[in-house]
Amino acid sequence: MSESKPRVVVAMSGGVDSSVAAALLVEQGYEVIGMMMRLWSEETAIGNTHNRCCTPDQMNDARRIADKLGIPFYVLDTKEVFRSTIVQFFIEQHRQGVTPNPCIECNRQIRFSFLQQNALALDADYLATGHYARVSRDEGGYYVLRKGLDEHKDQSYVLSVLGQEQLAHALFPVGEYAKPEVRRIAERFGLPTASKKDSQDLCFIGDNNYRRFLADHAPDVMRPGPMIRTDGTEIGQHNGLVNFTVGQRKGLGLHSIEPLYVIGINAEQNAVIVGTAEELGRSSLTAKRVNWVAGTPPGTRFRGEVKIRYKAGAVPASIEILSDSRIHIKFDAPLRDITPGQGAVVYDGDKVLGGGIIERE
Amino acid sequence: MALARSIYLDHSATTPTDPRVVEVMLPYFTQHFGNPVSVHQFGRQAESAIETARERIGQVLNCLPSEVIFTSGASESNNLALRGSMRAGDQRPVLTTRVEHHAVSRTAAEIGEVEWLPVDSWGRASVEDVERTPSARLVSLMYANNEVGTIHDLAGFAEAAHEIGAYFHTDAVQAGGQLPLDVNALGVDMLSLSAHKFYGPKGVGLLYARKGVELHAIQTGGSHERGLRAGTHNTPLIVGMALALELATTEYEFRVKQLAARRDELIDGVLSRIPDVRLTGHPTERLPSHASFVIDGAESNTLLMHLDLLGVAASSGSACKTGNPEPSDVLLAMGYTPTEALTGLRLTVGLSTTQADIEYAVDALVRTVEKVRKVRDRMVIA
Repeated sequence: MSESKPRVVVAMSGGVDSSVAAALLVEQGYEVIGMMMRLWSEETAIGNTHNRCCTPDQMNDARRIADKLGIPFYVLDTKEVFRSTIVQFFIEQHRQGVTPNPCIECNRQIRFSFLQQNALALDADYLATGHYARVSRDEGGYYVLRKGLDEHKDQSYVLSVLGQEQLAHALFPVGEYAKPEVRRIAERFGLPTASKKDSQDLCFIGDNNYRRFLADHAPDVMRPGPMIRTDGTEIGQHNGLVNFTVGQRKGLGLHSIEPLYVIGINAEQNAVIVGTAEELGRSSLTAKRVNWVAGTPPGTRFRGEVKIRYKAGAVPASIEILSDSRIHIKFDAPLRDITPGQGAVVYDGDKVLGGGIIERE
Repeated sequence: MALARSIYLDHSATTPTDPRVVEVMLPYFTQHFGNPVSVHQFGRQAESAIETARERIGQVLNCLPSEVIFTSGASESNNLALRGSMRAGDQRPVLTTRVEHHAVSRTAAEIGEVEWLPVDSWGRASVEDVERTPSARLVSLMYANNEVGTIHDLAGFAEAAHEIGAYFHTDAVQAGGQLPLDVNALGVDMLSLSAHKFYGPKGVGLLYARKGVELHAIQTGGSHERGLRAGTHNTPLIVGMALALELATTEYEFRVKQLAARRDELIDGVLSRIPDVRLTGHPTERLPSHASFVIDGAESNTLLMHLDLLGVAASSGSACKTGNPEPSDVLLAMGYTPTEALTGLRLTVGLSTTQADIEYAVDALVRTVEKVRKVRDRMVIA
């Protein structure tokens, strides 16, 4: 039907980043289609039934922006697939004493699966998002995922689950810019420049209170149980695993000469394991469900820099391949907050090699 | 975005205004702009236009001019019929169906007792079910269904309603311009119409209320429309509606024949070229403009987006702009499963629809259904 313009579906949230992504693509001559996913949200007694990433206001904002840019805009019903993959996963992981990263799972199972498949079915060549990350091709023709130009806003961590197939059809237009530039571009196009709050990672929990959410949906994580030291000595009681994460120091309710931290969760025994700062530090981890952006790892043992949380810095480490889906990472210096369920993402400079999900010990 | 084609197959949602209708309305915006209740010549001019329109509409409906109440459209007409006929202390229920437009079903549910008449797999209620009901204050039954196009033979229902002491109201929105509107032949006490469904302007409609039907106003203000509808008359729209209704009547046979020809091409094309598709609504007793289907494995919300990008404007009873589709109440009431009720697609032809349009639209639908099913299969496996 249309001549040669590549068609691209932009995932729009109504916020500045995805709006600018859409505007840049229009300017670059793509045939652009705006799309918002309607995600699942719980129906609570307080009557908040909107996922915070797709409230009616945000939907109207996105629709107005699409109209301003002269592009069609659609809302894709994603409720059921989001509920059955992301929300259920979140609840299950917490039951096992693991703190999952729903954004990583969403990119793996929703954005670059369900949404991308829907985009390609619309004869789109690409799915674009407002992530701060970059895609390029190396000499061998492989797609390379790199950090966003703006190191502070870089979101490559949550995109580490992408492979060649997804990247071949992915565009991240704002990844080439620093945030202040993105705002200036928004002004130039007459788009709203207000950022949404940074932490939208639990978008499906209306009041953003994940403890309340889990109390409602997985009451077993609210059971009291023992607090133990690594040698098994019980030194107190806790009021539910959900109230504790690795590295936590406050709210333990313990009296001790030396400061104590949560160093682990044992869901089988419903126990919180506490220890000293020294015990908290770990210098290695194992990660599962590993993805390599290039399809294969760069070797069986190699050096790299690893991020263990979205907001953590990348630190030097040695990586060893255990199997197709598992890796062992040994850090040069111990780290305090290695949290099972979070991603361990391996970089080579600004290039994402791949990553996995941190296992329980 | 430049589309290769723009094919409008959503005439049940609204129709373009006939240029002849636009033309007669224009002087009433600028020249004859007076308020019809004013004493002066400007007022008289406007009043004359409105009363002439009322007489002409009365001729089409075969009723007295005074039995025509001008409203802002059929949602208001339906509200006036249901709420305005309710008298304090009357405990008798309203009899209606779950396949009505929400302007009837939600209104009925809000104002008092409702008894829901069952419908068959085509969306039709039965006269016997009305006769079996001991008493009701009002029976409200749509003339033709907006989602599946099925037509009710109203006369029998009207008679049954009167036998149980009820008024009979029909929401005739979809029938306007496509079915006979002689209120005496139909036997109705009240009938709602909306001009934009028959090539008239949006924002104007009417309620026919037989002389003697006890109605009270549902909004307070001036005593326009014999005290039944407060608010300054919209002279141009009323004048436009009268002409649109007359044109629909004088061109009736030609229009119906042409619409039905396109509709049949569409139905034949879809049923013969797409596997696992069923026609919804009655196979023959359906609106001349109306084709509707359930398409296995192709949610209408997704289909509409694909069709739009191919330039084909369609609709469904469940899809919505907010990506929060609910299974169509109409299809559920007709016995379809919730999953099936998310796959209802409606294509409604108009007077400007050509054979080539139908061919293009069927081709587009064939391709789209294939693609959407492919994604579905892939996601189910993954």
